[in-house]
Amino acid sequence: MSRFQVVSGKGGTGKTTVAAALALALATEGKRTLLVEVEGRQGIAQLFETEVLPYEERKIAVAPGGGEVFALAIDPEQALLDYLQMFYKLGSAGRALKKLGAIDFATTVAPGIRDVLLTGKACEAVRRKDKSGRFIYDHVVMDAPPTGRITRFLNVNDEVAGLAKIGPIHNQAQAVMRVLKSPETAVHLVTLLEEMPVQETADGIAELRAAKLPVGRIIVNMVRPAVLDEGELELVRAAPRTALARSLSAAGLGGARRGGHAEKLVDPLLTQAEEYAARYALEREQRSVLGELGLPSHELPLFVEGMDLAGLYELATELRKQRMS
Amino acid sequence: MSPDPHDTVPRHVLSPARVLEVDPLIDDPQTRIVVCCGSGGVGKTTTAAALGLRAAERGRKVVVLTIDPARRLAQSMGIDSLDNVPRRVKGVEGGGELHAMMLDMKRTFDEIVEAHADRERAAAILSNPFYQSLSAGFAGTQEYMAMEKLGQLRSRDEWDLIVVDTPPSRSALDFLDAPKRLGSFLDGRLIRLLTAPAKLGGRAGMKFLNVGMSMMTGTLGKLLGGQLLKDVQTFVAAMDTTFGGFRTRADATYQLLQAPGTAFLVVAAPERDALREAAYFVERLAAEDMPLAGLVLNRVHGSGAAQLSAERALAAAENLEEPRIVDQEDGKAGLRNSPDTYGNSDRSDSPPPEADVEEHVEGSATATDSEPTTDPGDPTVQQLTAGLLRLHADRMQLLSREQRTRDRFTARHPEVAVTEVAALPGDVHDLAGLRDIGNRLATDRPELPELPEPPELAKASD
Repeated sequence: MSRFQVVSGKGGTGKTTVAAALALALATEGKRTLLVEVEGRQGIAQLFETEVLPYEERKIAVAPGGGEVFALAIDPEQALLDYLQMFYKLGSAGRALKKLGAIDFATTVAPGIRDVLLTGKACEAVRRKDKSGRFIYDHVVMDAPPTGRITRFLNVNDEVAGLAKIGPIHNQAQAVMRVLKSPETAVHLVTLLEEMPVQETADGIAELRAAKLPVGRIIVNMVRPAVLDEGELELVRAAPRTALARSLSAAGLGGARRGGHAEKLVDPLLTQAEEYAARYALEREQRSVLGELGLPSHELPLFVEGMDLAGLYELATELRKQRMS
Repeated sequence: MSPDPHDTVPRHVLSPARVLEVDPLIDDPQTRIVVCCGSGGVGKTTTAAALGLRAAERGRKVVVLTIDPARRLAQSMGIDSLDNVPRRVKGVEGGGELHAMMLDMKRTFDEIVEAHADRERAAAILSNPFYQSLSAGFAGTQEYMAMEKLGQLRSRDEWDLIVVDTPPSRSALDFLDAPKRLGSFLDGRLIRLLTAPAKLGGRAGMKFLNVGMSMMTGTLGKLLGGQLLKDVQTFVAAMDTTFGGFRTRADATYQLLQAPGTAFLVVAAPERDALREAAYFVERLAAEDMPLAGLVLNRVHGSGAAQLSAERALAAAENLEEPRIVDQEDGKAGLRNSPDTYGNSDRSDSPPPEADVEEHVEGSATATDSEPTTDPGDPTVQQLTAGLLRLHADRMQLLSREQRTRDRFTARHPEVAVTEVAALPGDVHDLAGLRDIGNRLATDRPELPELPEPPELAKASD
């Protein structure tokens, strides 16, 4: 299992949730994982129901079996100042730079520098060792930018290394690239069984492969349980309305004669069944599109009442059961 | 149980919030720009396209500017080629015209350069490595270029109405901030210091700054590598002399957004995160004096049988699946869930205890005679009916969750007019699909989704 797990996905597919569940799953049995956030959304804090995460590695959860999950919200500005301090001992000059807008320039406007700082910080955590030479974190999981931007985000180091042909940024970019393109890293894509996310997943995989970034797995999120299977849907199509009406009536829902309460339910219920059938067919189609991508895939259930901490642990268990971790 | 639950349970209740009237908005000749914004994955682009089509078919000359449309949506409007020019969409009915384009941000940036610099200087800028990275898109460029393109389209004054989609930003608000940020950077102090440090040297009182400055350029040089810094300096010098100032342009775009004639639509889905972001957006637009027309709530579910609650549907389904649980006296509990339990059922004629007895008897009397093979006791039919009821229970639970989520938004922002768009089973692939969405946008009747062939299932029994 790669030590650096990058989780991307189209907006709205629940990639933050999946990243968090994966961090929990990887931490079971006494392991230690770091869950990293790079987009300043504080999505991790919301999920774990903790206060806003500072720019500091902080323990946020204990996994079954004694493992620990740490979390870090990487702030590019702070990362840059840290970096300057580390290499140039620029305490007050850092503040002067900030006043001039140089930090703002470097972290928001200058091409790619922001991304270099973010991936750089995560890679640093991946490689960090303690005094005895053991890795501090068994795994680092990144809640990464969405599929549409992930290749560019991870590959920006290549670009920056080309743009800044010498100097520490150049070296840093190259070092980060070595980690990202090694088997140490796996990029997972979260999707739903819907057309657009699946299409975006297919495109994303092609882009990642073209950039020689290691593609990991497909995680299909929010899968709804099947209420009626295909055979039953066929039978529904063939079932006489009068029989359904009488059956509804027998279940205590009113009269089956025309205009009776049970009879009036038949049409809308059949309409809903037709909608369900359409969705069911669509999901099956999307599943087969995903199947053709030739990657291992996992499915996680939908939590109809919304995601909370308990749900997160359930997803982690599910991931372990499916041997994702 | 209440005496007549069927009539006391309300149907899917329409929002107590104001209803957003889409047609008056897009028909109004005063409305010149509609901006669709919202978080990712809520159907922003589809909404923009559907609005554009509807406005065109109601007689206006419309251009839709999309940022990053899904492939099939783009194809549905015939704009899958990325040439940064509006193309007329074929197949539009009615008196108006629909044009559509997909933003090519690099091309847009190049065009600004070409339009404002002489040929030689333009060539120098376009080949500058720093420019190439800047224009190929990093944080902010897409947002800036979307707003730039909007400004260009507006100033051509060729269209009655411009419908614009906003970029899928990290934060849905980036497009408001990015132009300012890029503008202030390109016009800013830092850039001037980088390009002309000598100018400052002679002035009294600037010594401290100058020290900081040389330290800074030195640091930046070390950090970025000398070549990049030189590229930046060359780039800025070339830009500086040819531009009327990025900030001025950014300000102009910003004012365009505030002007009467612009209407913002916040797009969301009835989900917690999307509506949280929508609420944030509403507040931010108000703070910036941007004119909000209302909220488009996509993918809202309805039910034609909303009089039947989830609880009753589930109870009825259980009743059907375990028919003996209520009326069997002997203790064959172990058989309840096995298939033969249904097979040797002999109680199909007895009305279950909760049935409306009078109606039930009447109903089955007429129907049983004609179709003896499918009497209500038929285990297959019972099972299917139970399945249909479970589907309905799921639907009703979804409905009430959506309702709760939406009510929370309405409580926070009762002033925001809302239109709801019923969920579709699949994605939109053609103009007919967009037209359908347009109808849904304008009618706000999510509880009765217009399916292509609603009676198809029912026909089987006729």
